[in-house]
Amino acid sequence: MIFESLSNKLQGALNKLKGKGKLNEKDIDEAMRDIRLSLLEADVNFKVVKDFIKSVKERSMGSEVMESLTPGQQVVKIVNEEMIKILGEKESKIQFSSSEVTVIMMCGLQGAGKTTTAGKLALRFKKQNKRPLLVACDIYRPAAIKQLEVVGKSVEVPVFKIEGETDPVLIAEKSLQEARKNGNDVLIIDTAGRLHIDEKLMAELIQIRNRVKPSEVLLVLDAMTGQDAVKIAESFNKDMEITGLILTKVDGDARGGAAISIRAVTSKPIKFVTTGEKMADLEAFHPDRMASRILGMGDLLSLIEKAQESFDSKKVKEMEEKLRGQGFTLDDFLDQMEQMKSLGPLDQLLEMIPGANSKQLKNLKIDEKELVYIKAIIQSMTKKERKDPSIINGSRRKRIANGSGTSVQRVNKLLKQFIETQKMMKKMGGMNKMMKKGGRFKMPF
Amino acid sequence: MAVNIFKKFTEGLSKTKNDLSGKLDNLFKLHSKIDDELLDELEEILITSDMGVESTMEIIDKLRKTVKDEKLKDQQSILSALKRHLKDAIMEGESFDDSTLETPMIILIVGVNGVGKTTTIGKLAHRYQSMGKKVLVAAGDTFRAAAIDQLQIWCERAGVDLIANKEGSDPAAVIFDSIQAAKARGTDILICDTAGRLHNKKNLMNELNKIFRVAEKEYDKKHKQVYLVLDATTGQNGIIQAKTFKEVAKIDGIILTKLDGTAKGGIIIPVQKELDVPVKYVGLGEKLDDLQLFDPNNFVDAIFE
Repeated sequence: MIFESLSNKLQGALNKLKGKGKLNEKDIDEAMRDIRLSLLEADVNFKVVKDFIKSVKERSMGSEVMESLTPGQQVVKIVNEEMIKILGEKESKIQFSSSEVTVIMMCGLQGAGKTTTAGKLALRFKKQNKRPLLVACDIYRPAAIKQLEVVGKSVEVPVFKIEGETDPVLIAEKSLQEARKNGNDVLIIDTAGRLHIDEKLMAELIQIRNRVKPSEVLLVLDAMTGQDAVKIAESFNKDMEITGLILTKVDGDARGGAAISIRAVTSKPIKFVTTGEKMADLEAFHPDRMASRILGMGDLLSLIEKAQESFDSKKVKEMEEKLRGQGFTLDDFLDQMEQMKSLGPLDQLLEMIPGANSKQLKNLKIDEKELVYIKAIIQSMTKKERKDPSIINGSRRKRIANGSGTSVQRVNKLLKQFIETQKMMKKMGGMNKMMKKGGRFKMPF
Repeated sequence: MAVNIFKKFTEGLSKTKNDLSGKLDNLFKLHSKIDDELLDELEEILITSDMGVESTMEIIDKLRKTVKDEKLKDQQSILSALKRHLKDAIMEGESFDDSTLETPMIILIVGVNGVGKTTTIGKLAHRYQSMGKKVLVAAGDTFRAAAIDQLQIWCERAGVDLIANKEGSDPAAVIFDSIQAAKARGTDILICDTAGRLHNKKNLMNELNKIFRVAEKEYDKKHKQVYLVLDATTGQNGIIQAKTFKEVAKIDGIILTKLDGTAKGGIIIPVQKELDVPVKYVGLGEKLDDLQLFDPNNFVDAIFE
């Protein structure tokens, strides 16, 4: 499926960043190089890639990333935001005219799939209880009219044609009268495929448009199109003021970069994608979902946002300082846990923890009940004990165990883990190299 | 934001085919010296021709070396060095001359949807017919609506016969019948149309393989050619297209269509590198004689036009 492989490649580039607790310019440059490569291999236009990388890099080098505790995640977020900026956010629907007949005009290069797509649109409208009429304006390609007739018959939608007529402008005009006469409320005009540089044929399209005043001019584009997509879309947009695009043949394995390029250049929405040889194979296009899919983000993105809202970043920073020094107490630990719990299921959240490697985490199941015990144990300690756990002797342990409804063993386990963590943090604080390689701080569970 | 910067850039470009050559002139005016920036811009021209990043980098690296080794200083010599490297990247092979085609010959035309298979068959039929060959066409696309009618019209234009069955009939059977007809009629060249199919559709590729085996059974290697039709507008997906079609139908050559647009068809460079399959013809329009033998020199020059 389209975008799948682009998605894999981009994620590969970004995953390298995700694990890092600190980023330097070299890390970012490397990631940008990988992203550039994957976009170019996906047929995103050279210039679009250049601009995309430029804005992502600029933002990545800014304070929002560098001062963040999760710089890798921040870069992922930036890439996603920039991608959505290009692809658009909301699904863009067909604009039905308030007058009695909505005119939809199809245009595009030869072989993009206009005729088949016209049939698919007709079927879709029919299912929406509309009364579409297909109009055969491709008088050039041999048997194009016959093809539309066959397609029309298969979806049981009438086809308007004028036998022997060689002026598509006239056919279009007459079809509008026909639609009014027969009570058709949607007119789908199939036009001949043409090169965007063919001035004569482009002039003809403009004439049709001026005559029938379509509410939608849809450019049909093959998802396999390469770098030239930009020129094609620019020309059609300039001449025809297209209102949107239909991306065809997305059931192939093209990476679909053309879609990204065209959005970037024309800002016109992709309204539909066609996904197969059957007439029902037409789907609405959801850019936001596509962007998430490209980056393999899923819900993680909203989690990052959630974390940003819930985490007081200054507080986290203080905590980090404490972790590095000796000031990290059981109180801080509890605090941190409380903050995290407000976010949702732990295993998902763990991916956002700085230094957490998602691959390692995959096999790691967190028992949320364990956290309840930890909380109970810590809350059963006195303030003094929380500040300095070394004073917790045997009788204190017993008291804490009783107070928290757990066992001495559990209390022991927690204390041991906490002391180990503290030791480790201290060590790491002095070893910057190790910090860059590994995680920044690990949770004691 | 990305969008606006790009708009500005493209607004300045005319929609004619000449925009690249103008760009190239500017490029050389801007860079009186050969520096990294100039190489970057040449890289851009190659990538925007759909040559792919890998092939582009290879060629730019070679160019860099040549510039150093041969101490190239002026724009003309660097451009001709670049063109030389590009031509080297295009398969040499013995130059293809179809006037000496072995007969009887079967030619299978394959490719994804919408690349121009049917139109190309019309042009090929006309070309061989004009050479005095006896040509027969088989309507192997029994799937797409009105594909047979479309082919019929092309055959009438070219003045050749068509063997066809009903829409929806078994394409392998149509090819088999056509082979029998070609043999009975003493046909020199039998050209077979097939339905467009996306290379990742297993069933459709199996169907193609069946058609291929029918042809293979009746004609030996010398008398059989399978041509993949590739749209010059195609991006990097062309590589996997060619690969899959080669696996299924052992393609012998590529026909690059729609080169009359602004697309450069650079995809054939990685395709050739990967598959070792030469480009035989190029399609340049919708008229009967808009088909030419592939000429690497013209092709490379056009990248910079």
